[in-house]
Amino acid sequence: MNIHEYQGKSILKSFGVGIQEGIVADTPEQAVEAAKELNKSTGTNWWVVKAQIHAGGRGKGGGVKLAKSLDEVKEKASAIIGMNLVTPQTGSQGKKVNKVLVAQDVYYPGASPTKEFYMSVLLNRQKGRNIIMYSTEGGMDIEEVAAKTPHLIFKEEIDPKVGLQGFQARKIAFNLGLSGESFKQMTKFVASLYKAYDSIDASLFEINPVLKTSDDKIIAVDAKVGFDENALFRHPDYLAMRDITEEDPTEVEAGEHNLNYVKLDGNVGCMVNGAGLAMATMDIIKLAGGDPANFLDVGGTANAARVEQAFRIILKDPNVKAILVNIFGGIVRCDRVAQGIVDAYKNIGSIPVPIIVRLQGTNAEEAKKIIDESGLKVFSAIQLKEAADLVNEVLKK
Amino acid sequence: MSVLVNKSSKVIVQGFTGSEGTFHATQMIEYGTNVVGGVTPGKGGTSHLDRPVFNTVADAVQKTGADVSIVFVPPAFAADAIMEAADAGIRLIVTITEGIPTKDMIMVKEYLRDKDTRLIGPNCPGVITAGECKVGIMPGFVFKPGKIGIVSKSGTLTYEAADQVVKAGLGISTAIGIGGDPIIGTTTKEAVELFMNDPATEGIIMIGEIGGSLEAEAARWIKANGTKPVVGFIAGQTAPAGRRMGHAGAIIGGAEDTAAAKMQIMRECGITVVDSPAVIGLTMAATLKKVPA
Repeated sequence: MNIHEYQGKSILKSFGVGIQEGIVADTPEQAVEAAKELNKSTGTNWWVVKAQIHAGGRGKGGGVKLAKSLDEVKEKASAIIGMNLVTPQTGSQGKKVNKVLVAQDVYYPGASPTKEFYMSVLLNRQKGRNIIMYSTEGGMDIEEVAAKTPHLIFKEEIDPKVGLQGFQARKIAFNLGLSGESFKQMTKFVASLYKAYDSIDASLFEINPVLKTSDDKIIAVDAKVGFDENALFRHPDYLAMRDITEEDPTEVEAGEHNLNYVKLDGNVGCMVNGAGLAMATMDIIKLAGGDPANFLDVGGTANAARVEQAFRIILKDPNVKAILVNIFGGIVRCDRVAQGIVDAYKNIGSIPVPIIVRLQGTNAEEAKKIIDESGLKVFSAIQLKEAADLVNEVLKK
Repeated sequence: MSVLVNKSSKVIVQGFTGSEGTFHATQMIEYGTNVVGGVTPGKGGTSHLDRPVFNTVADAVQKTGADVSIVFVPPAFAADAIMEAADAGIRLIVTITEGIPTKDMIMVKEYLRDKDTRLIGPNCPGVITAGECKVGIMPGFVFKPGKIGIVSKSGTLTYEAADQVVKAGLGISTAIGIGGDPIIGTTTKEAVELFMNDPATEGIIMIGEIGGSLEAEAARWIKANGTKPVVGFIAGQTAPAGRRMGHAGAIIGGAEDTAAAKMQIMRECGITVVDSPAVIGLTMAATLKKVPA
C-alpha cells in the first residue's frame, strides 16, 4: 500500500525525522490559509505548492510550483487542484489531483550552501536483511545515478539482531561528505529514519531529496512510503491512510470480493487460480497473438459466486474481446468450477465476448462435458496448448 | 531415492486442529504420508484424526520422533511456530501459511542461520515425493513417480508442470514449491543442488517468476556445477513494472528481475528455456532424449 507525501511526512515526523514542514489543502482558499499558518510557525515567506498523487516525477509534469506571495499560492493551487497530472509514472492518461501540500521553502540562502542527497530503506531479498541505500547525488532519478555513476551509490546492511548501530549512521554521514553540525544532524536523521521504517513495517522508504539546509539542518523534502501489506493488520491507524481514489476503481471492487485483480491494457481477459499460473496465462495470451487485459487470481475456492464476480469485473473493461478461464483443479474439483461458469453465464444474462475455458486436473473430463453440453457459446479445452490455439483462433475472427 | 522427504519421514502438523490443518492433514494421510501427530497449544493430550495432539513441538518430537513439520498456523503467529519447530530440532519445516509479515521473516531467517534446520516456504504448496510422501497441499494424484525433479515458486504452475511431465511419459521424483514471498527458506539454487545430487533425478524443471534474483543465482550455479539437463520457465513476461502480481515477491523492481532478463541469463547458463508454459513437459522429454545414456 502506498500513501501520499503529506501522510508519509507526518509519519516520519512522529518518529523525530526532520521534514520540510507543510499543510495539506483541498481548495485554493485552504491553501492560502495553510501558507499563512506556515509563515507563523516557520517564518517562511515563500511556499512550494505540491500536487498530492501516488506517483513520482510530479515536478516534471508541472505538479510542483514555487509561490513567492500569498496571491501566487492561490494562483498555483488553483492551477494544480483538479488538473490531470501526467508524469513518467502515471502513464499517458495521468492522474487527477485532489489535494495539494503547501510546504515551506527550504532552499533559503544562509551561512553555507544547500546540498541534496538521496536515501532509501528497503529489503535486500538475497540477504534477507534491510539496507539503507544512499547517494551524494540527490534530487534526480536514482536509476540514472546507478547507470551513470554507480560508485556514488552506497549501501549499509542492517543486522536484524542488533538493528542500526551508531557507527553505521556515522559512516553514512561521513560518506555523504558532512562535518560539524550537519554531520551530527545527519546521524540523527538516519537513526530516526530507520527506527520509523522498522516500527511501521514499511516495505520501502525513498527520501529524494534529503536536504542539508543553509543552516545545517537535515530534512526530508519528499517522502515515498510503502507498507508491507502482510503486516497492515498490526497497524490499523496506517491502514486508515489508504486513499482509494488513487487506485483503479475496478481493482478496489475486486479487492472487496477478495479477488486479486490488476488491470492491464490488453484485449484478452483472464481468470486463473494461483498467481504463478495467472502470470503464465498472461504470457500464453501474448504468445497466442493477444494482449492480457488483466491479472486475476480467483484463489483456491473457485465457486460459482466467485466465478460470477470475476466475470463481472473482467467485463467492466470495454477493451476485452475474449476471456480465457484457466483453472488447474487440485483440491478444487473442475466439474464444480464448470457448473459455476455455466451458472454465472446464465445469471449475468449475456456475455458479449467469446469465452475459452480450460479446466485441467480433478474431474477435468466431466467438466468439459458440462461445458460442451450447456449449449453456451463457450470453447472448452483441457490442455494448455489447446487453450492457447483457441485464443488465437477467436482473435482472428 | 528422492530429496527432502520419503516413506520414512515422520511428519507433524502445526495448526493441526484448525480447518486448514485438518483438511490437508487428512489428504496427506490418504496419500500415504506418515503423519505421526500434531501441535495445537492448549489441546495437548487429546487426539485428532486418530493421532495425538501435543502442546509444544518439543513434546511432539520427544514422543513421536518427528523430523518433519508442516505449518498451517495463521500469519500473525507463523514466525513463532517456525522458530519453535527449529528449536525442537525439526530437520525440515514446510510452511504453507500465506501473508507472513516480511519483518517476521527477517527474524526467522536470522534465527535459522546457525540451526541445522531447512525451511521450505512460506507461502508455498509444499514438498511431495511422488508415491511416497506428501508434505503440502498439492493434488497428490497429479504427481506420478518418475525421474524429474521440479522446483517452483508457484503452486498451480507446479501442478501444471507435473501434469505435463507425466503426460509426456515421464514422472516426478520430488517436487519442491519454494514459495513466492520476498524472503523464503530454501532458494531455487539450493533445491537445484539437491536434485543434482539425487541419483533418482535425471532431469530438472525450474519454474520461476518476475522479481528477485533467485533464478539468476541458480542458473550461474548450474553453469558451474550442473550435471543434468534443466528446463526453465519464467512466469510474468507480460507483467508491468512496479505492480505486485499476486505473490508479494512478484514485483519488477530493476532491470535484472524482469522475465526477459532472467530468461536471458538462464539461456546463457545452458538451461533450455521455454517461452510458453504449455510446452514444459514436452521440452523436458525432448531434452532428455538428446542426452546420451
